[in-house]
Amino acid sequence: MSAPVSQPAPAPAQEAGARTIDKVSWKTPIALGSVLVLYVALLALAPHEGSARFALSTSRDFFQIPVYVVPAMSTAWLGAGVGLLLTVAVVLTVRARRRVPLWWISVYAVFLLVGFLAWAAAGSPRDLSVVGLLSGAVVLAVPIVYGSLSGVIGERSGVINIAIEAQLLAGAFSAAVVASLTGSPWAGLLAAMVAGMLVALVLGLFAITYRVVQIIVGVVLNVLVIGLTSFFYSQVLVPNTELLNSTTRFPRLPIPFLDRIPVVGPVLFNQTILVYLMFVVVLAVWFALYRTRWGLRVRAVGEHPKAADTVGINVLATRYRAVLIAGAIAGMGGAFYTVVSINQFGREMTAGAGFIALAAMIFGKWDPIKAALAGLLFGFATNLQNVLSVVGSPVPSQFMLMLPYVVTLFAVAGLVGRSQPPAANGQAYVKE
Amino acid sequence: MRLELRGITKRFGALVANDHIDLVVEPGEIHCLLGENGAGKSTLMNVLYGLYDADEGEILLDDEVQSFEGPGDAMTAGIGMVHQHFMLVPVFSVAENVMLGHESTRGAGVLDLAGARRTVRETADRFGFHVDPDALVGDLPVGVQQRVEIIKALSRDAKVLVFDEPTAVLTPQETDELMAIMRQLRDEGAAIVFITHKLREVRAVADRITVVRHGKVVGEAAPTASDVDLASLMVGRAVELTVHKDAPRYRDNALEVAGLSVANADGQVVVDDISFTVRGGEVLVVAGVQGNGQTELTEALLGLQEDVTGSVRLDGRELVGRSVRQILSAGVGFVPEDRSTDGLVGEFSIAENLILDRTDGPPFVRAGSLQLARRDEFAQEKVDEFDVRTQGIDLPVGRLSGGNQQKVVLARELSRDLRLLVAAQPTRGVDVGSIEFIHQRIVATRDEGLPVIVVSTELDEAVALGDRIMVLYRGKVVGIVPASTPRDVLGLMMAGIAPEAEGEAA
Repeated sequence: MSAPVSQPAPAPAQEAGARTIDKVSWKTPIALGSVLVLYVALLALAPHEGSARFALSTSRDFFQIPVYVVPAMSTAWLGAGVGLLLTVAVVLTVRARRRVPLWWISVYAVFLLVGFLAWAAAGSPRDLSVVGLLSGAVVLAVPIVYGSLSGVIGERSGVINIAIEAQLLAGAFSAAVVASLTGSPWAGLLAAMVAGMLVALVLGLFAITYRVVQIIVGVVLNVLVIGLTSFFYSQVLVPNTELLNSTTRFPRLPIPFLDRIPVVGPVLFNQTILVYLMFVVVLAVWFALYRTRWGLRVRAVGEHPKAADTVGINVLATRYRAVLIAGAIAGMGGAFYTVVSINQFGREMTAGAGFIALAAMIFGKWDPIKAALAGLLFGFATNLQNVLSVVGSPVPSQFMLMLPYVVTLFAVAGLVGRSQPPAANGQAYVKE
Repeated sequence: MRLELRGITKRFGALVANDHIDLVVEPGEIHCLLGENGAGKSTLMNVLYGLYDADEGEILLDDEVQSFEGPGDAMTAGIGMVHQHFMLVPVFSVAENVMLGHESTRGAGVLDLAGARRTVRETADRFGFHVDPDALVGDLPVGVQQRVEIIKALSRDAKVLVFDEPTAVLTPQETDELMAIMRQLRDEGAAIVFITHKLREVRAVADRITVVRHGKVVGEAAPTASDVDLASLMVGRAVELTVHKDAPRYRDNALEVAGLSVANADGQVVVDDISFTVRGGEVLVVAGVQGNGQTELTEALLGLQEDVTGSVRLDGRELVGRSVRQILSAGVGFVPEDRSTDGLVGEFSIAENLILDRTDGPPFVRAGSLQLARRDEFAQEKVDEFDVRTQGIDLPVGRLSGGNQQKVVLARELSRDLRLLVAAQPTRGVDVGSIEFIHQRIVATRDEGLPVIVVSTELDEAVALGDRIMVLYRGKVVGIVPASTPRDVLGLMMAGIAPEAEGEAA
């Protein structure tokens, strides 16, 4: 077996060298270009003179950073200039068939964003609190991040989970009721996890055992949970608000010392337990998926269930376990609404966060950490409109409400490269 | 370990896939299970491997009756399988694939990847080949993937090893190497079951041969038996193994392909600057191991590929850039390589499938409505002419056997006015009886003066059917040679070594 002939295909492979041609995708330059055009049109058609005030510190910090006061229009046009340069650079790079570095896009986004904020806050007597913008973003990202993790785990095992919205909503509802009854947000969180798992169990029953088309099951579950929670809300919760729908919320848990670092401290280290848990869960899911036996098997049944079956792995049981764990995690995200954000449940209060979580999962290419980062981005977009309405932005609030969804569309359609879902995603496994 | 199967019976509805099959495989023996596609070989092995439950019969290992709930039990008992379609996760590394299902962990379920890498290296070393444990399986050539399958089975201490049609995806050289591995395993005392329908391989490696036909054991044979004897045992009647054809009579019409390149969706160039000419009255066989650009080449000829450059001229008319409809009207007949997904609509009746490409006008459609009587008359005519064995033209085509399905495809394509026939893998998954018929029709088409292109991965078929053979390797033409070229030269060409270069290497 040592003769040179015994080395099969690989040897000639290198000398032959399978040629590739790079296909030019104009997606990124088109996306950057069209945003830039909109931005410039806004500046040109609705100039907004004055100066904008950016506040970077809070009173608790170790040291104070003074409030930055910048001339609004110059800053806005500077943003447009940098954006134009980068767009041109991206066009040239794409034409030369090279990869566009991700940091270019990040710089583009930051400059346009700062310019936009300066334009929006111009002339406002109030400081635009950068800390408030960022820490609010983290808070609002909580349900999206938990939800996207639920999606990642489910789809990595081969089960499409459109029902994240339902899991969030069921979690929010159960957390409200249980936390109100017991007076303990912890009990509410636990109840939310159970509720998420119940939705997941129904999803599993139909998608895994009865092999119903998974997208349909998910859509139906969303409608079902919206209907159920709305019904019980108006029939049971509203008449008994005191008893059933007024929770004790998780308090803020500032981490001593760390919370007083300027900017970073209030954003990351002065949050509720659910936010800290979020960071822990993201890392835990990442580790579990890539470094443990459980994760290897989950990924195997999502990629090639038959191969998993032939090495003695129970495909259906593995999928059930994954979907249930995913449901519990989404439930935690649901608890955010009623034991962190406000202290009561409201009809359809998740407002599509489950679908944005789905987009975050795709934007994050089915990876827990990237999905969480995408979730944070979408949380930021959501919070941007809150902050801007506080400083009194000239943009009608209806348009600002669209922002998170526009960012989602832009991100998923314009910036996601080729992302590859698990090969057996959405396919029920039938043992012959 | 001694394997014995006693009276294994497996039914799928009315179909008896295995009918009281008895089989004994001794340790240190390579036992060949020979039979046509659909004879029940794979079903039997799936029963052995715990994927199917047998309706009757028992499996014995060292004279102890086993009961397998699933593949996990079979593996624990010492049975390993190298599957025809590899059971590997393409996005996992070699080590991850090998450890999957019996992962060693460092406590708390954390994977011990270092241990798995070691296992891969040690097992590979035993057989003198090299596999990178961290390479992604999807990036490896098929021959190496198969070795990963073997390592996977061996890492579980398999004493009985089943190779299910292992040579279908290999070059002749890789096949020789696989056989060397099988012999080494046998000499180390493993019991080996080798499933195949290729006579040449059987005689090269088998210690004993059991022939299966229609789910029954029909006989045993010694490795010294002749090809003709084995084939008739396998088919149940005397068969013609050679294709009768006269010397080609060339015409002036021709298909000229110049500088044809095709890129796939990832931008990989899968057909790389191919030029060739097929004259009227000639069969050009496109040979090569599966996945070296044959699929894309034939699809490019028909206009099914998106990213095509170069030129394809049929009787002087350019075909590149035209729609499939236009190319069909230009007289290109196409037998796709996967008839069940690309050639036929399985739920449609035979009659419907036969007129599938002629629904835009008379005679089968008038004023927007199907002419059913005309259609059925035509279908009956074609079913008779092409000897499609069916109970009626209204039967869904998916219920026919592979051979009869292929005859329906061929009947549809050949009943148009053709100027070129492209047949991709026309006899794959087809019984020997139908193979003879299909070969005859292809030769008849050539004798009518048409250029014919046949894609085949089977060297026997390439040599029997072709006037010239073009070998593809990684999308490039290795060479175009006469069909009389010696087999070992063709084999080397399939591994990418051009006939001239081979002289220098020696």
